[in-house]
Amino acid sequence: MQCTGKPSMPEVVTAAPLCELRDLGSMRYADAFGLQQQFVERRKHGEIADQLLIVEHPHVVTMGRNGHDENLLCAPELLNRAGIEFHRTDRGGDVTYHGPGQIVGYPIFDLREWKRDVVAYVRALEQVLIDALAEFGIPAGREAGATGVWTAEGKIAAIGVHISRWVTSHGFALNVATDLSYFRYIVPCGLTKPVTSMQALGCQADRDQVVAAVARSFARVFDREMEKI
Amino acid sequence: MIDVIMPQMGESIVEGTLTKWLKKPGESVERDEPLFEISTDKVDTEIPSPVAGTLGEILVQEGTTVGINTVVGRINDGAGAPAAAAPPAAPPPVAKAAAPAPAAPTPAAPVPVTVEPAAMAEETAGPLSPLVRKMARENGIDLSQVRGTGAGGRITKQDLEAHIDGRSAAPAQAAPQQAPAQPAYVAPPPPPPAPQAVVQQAPPAAQQAPPPPRTQAVAPVQEQAHFRGEAPAARVEPMSVMRQKIAEHMVFSKRTSAHVTTVHKVDMTRIAKMRDRVKGEFQARHGFSLTFLPFVMRATTAALQAYPLLNSSIDGTNIIYHRDINLGMAVALENGLIVPVIRNADEKNVVGLQRSIADLASRARSRQLRPDEVQAGTFSITNFGSFGSVFATPVINQPQVAILGVGTVEKVPVVLDDAIAIRSVCYLALTFDHRLIDGALGDQFTQKVKSILENWSEEVL
Repeated sequence: MQCTGKPSMPEVVTAAPLCELRDLGSMRYADAFGLQQQFVERRKHGEIADQLLIVEHPHVVTMGRNGHDENLLCAPELLNRAGIEFHRTDRGGDVTYHGPGQIVGYPIFDLREWKRDVVAYVRALEQVLIDALAEFGIPAGREAGATGVWTAEGKIAAIGVHISRWVTSHGFALNVATDLSYFRYIVPCGLTKPVTSMQALGCQADRDQVVAAVARSFARVFDREMEKI
Repeated sequence: MIDVIMPQMGESIVEGTLTKWLKKPGESVERDEPLFEISTDKVDTEIPSPVAGTLGEILVQEGTTVGINTVVGRINDGAGAPAAAAPPAAPPPVAKAAAPAPAAPTPAAPVPVTVEPAAMAEETAGPLSPLVRKMARENGIDLSQVRGTGAGGRITKQDLEAHIDGRSAAPAQAAPQQAPAQPAYVAPPPPPPAPQAVVQQAPPAAQQAPPPPRTQAVAPVQEQAHFRGEAPAARVEPMSVMRQKIAEHMVFSKRTSAHVTTVHKVDMTRIAKMRDRVKGEFQARHGFSLTFLPFVMRATTAALQAYPLLNSSIDGTNIIYHRDINLGMAVALENGLIVPVIRNADEKNVVGLQRSIADLASRARSRQLRPDEVQAGTFSITNFGSFGSVFATPVINQPQVAILGVGTVEKVPVVLDDAIAIRSVCYLALTFDHRLIDGALGDQFTQKVKSILENWSEEVL
């Protein structure tokens, strides 16, 4: 598969609303969650603009509010022994894994200033990632009834969102160079559609290139002007 | 009392699942304080209370999916007005005042609120198509009287037609009526206080009675209570991720491979006798019991060595011959199944195989398997015989090319040397991928397994 980081689009000066981009680097799940909640509160009160937090978590398995324990293939203690944290959390969706080599994005968005439509929001997040992957020559798309971003080789990005008074939290996780074997802790192997990553598809792009592509794509899809903090 | 409704979280959204009540009935709640949570397509949303007050009642239970604008609960806001209170001045977007009576509301006796048909429709299970709404309106049908047979108890056009026909034909009980192909669940006609809904099925040769004129009378309001007391015709429950994965995998496999199943009868008498002889000591020595499965596995690994094509995978137009023989064994879980793998199964004897079987099955059920224990299988065995099945046609575990199903071992009369004898017999069903394996090879392989089992010579203790 070809892999070329396309030169960035010429910046167009617009009067689009501002979105602050914060790349937090590696951060533990609990810390990032606390930070998200602070930003959500401040966003609700109109103290800050929309945010896009980008982070990479150490190995962690998280279970959504509607998650089913049977989708976790081993006991939480066993995860801990393998050096994987386990958290129950308040986002939508079931169980998922985050870890090194994955770009996790947490948009803190006030949907009242966008479309007031939670499903349109999820579809837009998918579009952001589909467009970003296209920059690297990776064809990706949607699968009916399976939120997330899919390639012919499997699921490449997961989405799970929480909304409180139209302000979003949680978001997406894009596998760039994730060690995919960790997904085996949560879905029965041999029964699952495979999970894949940009690296597994032959793309050697580094993290910064992908973050930049995601941010560009995000700006286009949501019509926001990104400002890196 | 203020009605709390399922909000519309976007233009395209027609329903939502109420996942959690954050307050209990009787608990007080502030205006804008999160009251309940809903879930739509991987998005969880907290819904704030429209007013301050106490949560009066919960009308939609957790886990239920309802159409937007459905009343999910009521908040006592202290205004104390009886049921048909006037709406508050400016209802916030997520709340709707108790349905105002159509005419000028006189706060007289607490008459049951008159609900217009559109509002009634919201009390039925699931959203309604515009067509169904229109038909109901045109025929003056109270949709709460119609049993839905669509997904989640939704009312379909057919249900409505059946209801219309049923309503007009029912008084004349004898007249057979035209019914749709599926059995239609039709609520009883208004007058008789019938105990339950009656099920009407199409008689084999239904006469096409001309549809009698449709009545225009709207069912009296008190009939609603009648319906509400009944359990819904169906219940909607989301699949677990494991169930979704199983579903995907099964269909994917059926679409990928050309499944053919061949069934061979195996005389297990020799092994049954040996097992009877040693099982007591085996249990005492090893701490787990001896079953027929490790014998079948042992014979299978030997046959796989003789016919390596059965231990391969297809990659495009290439055949991948696997060096190792890693046997997957299907384990039934409470709500699914998983296929842990015995690595290098050909290097194990009956004791070693039985030990692996006992260990993997027990850890699969307690979800203690390590990820590498469910990977890299090259051939699978499924032991449906343990559930009493004589033989079945298993689905190949991709990307493998065959799976052996083991039927139950039972004593049957057989003809041996023109005499009738009692033998322990079981059926082995091999499902193979005909893209790669021809029938002759599939049968040779199964015959090899059979021959090893019937002429068993290895000691197990």
